[in-house]
Amino acid sequence: MEVDLVRQTFRVESSELLEEMEKSLLRMENSPDDTDAINALFRAAHTIKGSSGIVGIETVERFTHVVESVLDKVRGEEIRVTGDLIEVLLKCRDHIGNLVDLAMGDKSPGPAMQAEGQALHDELSKYLKGGDKKSPAGEATARATEDKSEFMTECGRKVKSGNWHISLRFAPTVLQDGMDPISFINYLSRLGEIVSLITLTDSMPPAAEMDPEICYFGFEIEFRSDFDKKTIDDVFEFVREDSKIHILPPKSSIASYIELIHNLPEDPLKLGEILVKGGALTKSELEEFLQQQEEDARPIGEILVNECIVHPEVVDAAVAKQTQAREVKAQEAKTIRVDTGKLDQLVTLVGELVIANATIDQQALRLKDGDLIESASAMARLVEEIREKAMQVRMVPINEIFSRFQRVVRDICHNTGKDIELVINGGETEVDKTVVEKISDPLMHLVRNAADHGIELPDARVSKGKSAKGVVTLNAFNDAGSIVIEVSDDGSGLSRDRILKKAIERGLVTQNQALSDSELFRLIFEPGFSTAEQVTKLSGRGVGMDVVKRNIEALRGTVDVESSESVGTTVRIRLPLTLAIIDGFMVGVGESSYIIPQDMVVECIELSEADRQAEGSRNYVNLRGEVLPYIRLRDVFDERSDLPTYENIVVVRYAGRQMGMVVDELHGEVQAVIKSLGRFYRAIEGLSGATILGDGTVALILDVPKLIQSVEKTSVYR
Amino acid sequence: MSISIEKKDGLCKMRVETDMTIFNAAELKKNLLSDLGDCSALEVDLSQVSEIDTSGFQLLFMIKREAVLRNKDFKIASHSPATAAVIDLYNMSDYFKG
Repeated sequence: MEVDLVRQTFRVESSELLEEMEKSLLRMENSPDDTDAINALFRAAHTIKGSSGIVGIETVERFTHVVESVLDKVRGEEIRVTGDLIEVLLKCRDHIGNLVDLAMGDKSPGPAMQAEGQALHDELSKYLKGGDKKSPAGEATARATEDKSEFMTECGRKVKSGNWHISLRFAPTVLQDGMDPISFINYLSRLGEIVSLITLTDSMPPAAEMDPEICYFGFEIEFRSDFDKKTIDDVFEFVREDSKIHILPPKSSIASYIELIHNLPEDPLKLGEILVKGGALTKSELEEFLQQQEEDARPIGEILVNECIVHPEVVDAAVAKQTQAREVKAQEAKTIRVDTGKLDQLVTLVGELVIANATIDQQALRLKDGDLIESASAMARLVEEIREKAMQVRMVPINEIFSRFQRVVRDICHNTGKDIELVINGGETEVDKTVVEKISDPLMHLVRNAADHGIELPDARVSKGKSAKGVVTLNAFNDAGSIVIEVSDDGSGLSRDRILKKAIERGLVTQNQALSDSELFRLIFEPGFSTAEQVTKLSGRGVGMDVVKRNIEALRGTVDVESSESVGTTVRIRLPLTLAIIDGFMVGVGESSYIIPQDMVVECIELSEADRQAEGSRNYVNLRGEVLPYIRLRDVFDERSDLPTYENIVVVRYAGRQMGMVVDELHGEVQAVIKSLGRFYRAIEGLSGATILGDGTVALILDVPKLIQSVEKTSVYR
Repeated sequence: MSISIEKKDGLCKMRVETDMTIFNAAELKKNLLSDLGDCSALEVDLSQVSEIDTSGFQLLFMIKREAVLRNKDFKIASHSPATAAVIDLYNMSDYFKG
């Protein structure tokens, strides 16, 4: 059964289309006459309506239909693009998104949603009534009549019937594909009147052979409608590929009916009768046809040409369709849609390959076989390349989420009367897809905070001597194996006094404690710590900075704040580029091996005898005139083996802070595939994972940021 | 069981107690046909069918056609709004009347 698949496709497609709608609307807001944007908007709404009808989500279909009608008028320049209209349409777009979400969870809209839908509906109706007197149907009539007159003058003998004739033979698998002829016919009946419908049942095999999941029935429909051929054609957009769909416009030539009859699987005579019964042909027209059949041995193609049944609009549509198909093809060649699950599997496998390669390397070294060592190192090079490429496949530009925030900022401006510009820098910076997904919510929160709490109202800004327009900047760049994302605003900045007051209130610090700015500002990440004086509609509601911090730490990232009062605030997030494999530096302490992420290692020095003697009284060394605090991994992880004769210090740096780690041995660079630790070990601080070495033993991966923090904590609170 | 069956003097009364959609079409087909052999007349009660799609409708057509083919009486005893609507949509009420 592929029903779920179709719904899934619909979900993905509609979310893309909704994004498209939003983008177009925002573009229209800046340039109301942008016809490309208007057309894109209309197309998106139209497609959502069409496909929701086919998947059978009526709530979406009905609502979008009204939106589409309005957009059609916008396109026809009957309704002017105004700020108000865009506001309503943006709300409509959100409403459609909500309806789709609900339908995907098989829920129907609650009373609140229904009320919202109704309210939007009413607003849209105003536009529909306000514009031209002509109703959309009336307009379509006008258009259709024009079209008709165009082809009427061109062609010869016509049938008398003024109805469309639609002949449907669905693909046998249409039901399995999750579509139902009933939906198409229902949808058709919304475009006009079904004058008659005859169900053809002949192709159903005897009961024993009949497959209940195959569609056997065919339909001959007489249809009266003022819409043009393209619109009626589009009803069947989703099934056209494998199905036989014939649509004959009113007063088509007899020859086109001849062609139709020839193209259908049923017996021509029986079909003829059906056409008469349905009213497509008159008795005499049928007789004429039969006669012609007998007399005329001419191939049908020739008849067609002579009777000139091909109708200009159809040709246009065909050409358009072809161009469209070509464009789609060109795009397909550029990108393909891949299940992220598959990609993850690939990356996992590459990870295993890295481990296997390390094993071979070690074996080769042990055997001291020159050729083997050489082949092993050639392979290692390739594996390294594959690893890099595999990681690259998962990388997407961060702009994917940055661009979503335009809307957020715009809405905040509307609701608060602020004037804010969102500036995006480094949108092309690439990040792992998983990271992008997980960072989206925290970033959203930060952007909201910046726009809602950070930036002041225009008057307040002017009185402070700033420009009335506030700026929120999103900045992304790569920095030594991590990606840095900054959310800055030129607003009021964090208030030291307020944070301090609140912190004392909550017992986080004592009255006379001297705190540096960064220490103080870090307190805003404490659970339940909000200094917002009032909870606004947009932010300050529950999800606090502590959640932001937690989410970022879950990605092995860090976050810090810089702020100066009335100048602005910058929140800086630092994330690892990838989550799966790291280049590590391996060290040994006692029996165990530990891995330090390579890009955090600055240098290695020997722990001098003098410093060893001084241990206990101080836990720092003099590194070229600077104080370098250090920790002993031996103590941190409770290694009980004897002290070696020499010890080394690995100097690590993270987010601008340096620290030493005292270890026994330095093993050198390795590639480590990160395996997450079991549930029982998660709580252990200072470890971010484990990896399996070439010889099968386990090495623990150190969580440097956490270790640095623990050192800072002890020095701060002592 | 998706269908309850009551047999009396060769009259077989079937009541479809589920939806008739592509999801259960295969099972329904089996059940609909299973008792056709040992009865002379068939009465189908569709009043409990709250949802029916084209596959369900095809099954109705199939069972009626099969019954006629084997010289048995066939009657739809009662409809639900859904089944009535689909038969109406497909313009097949004449076929199911006789």
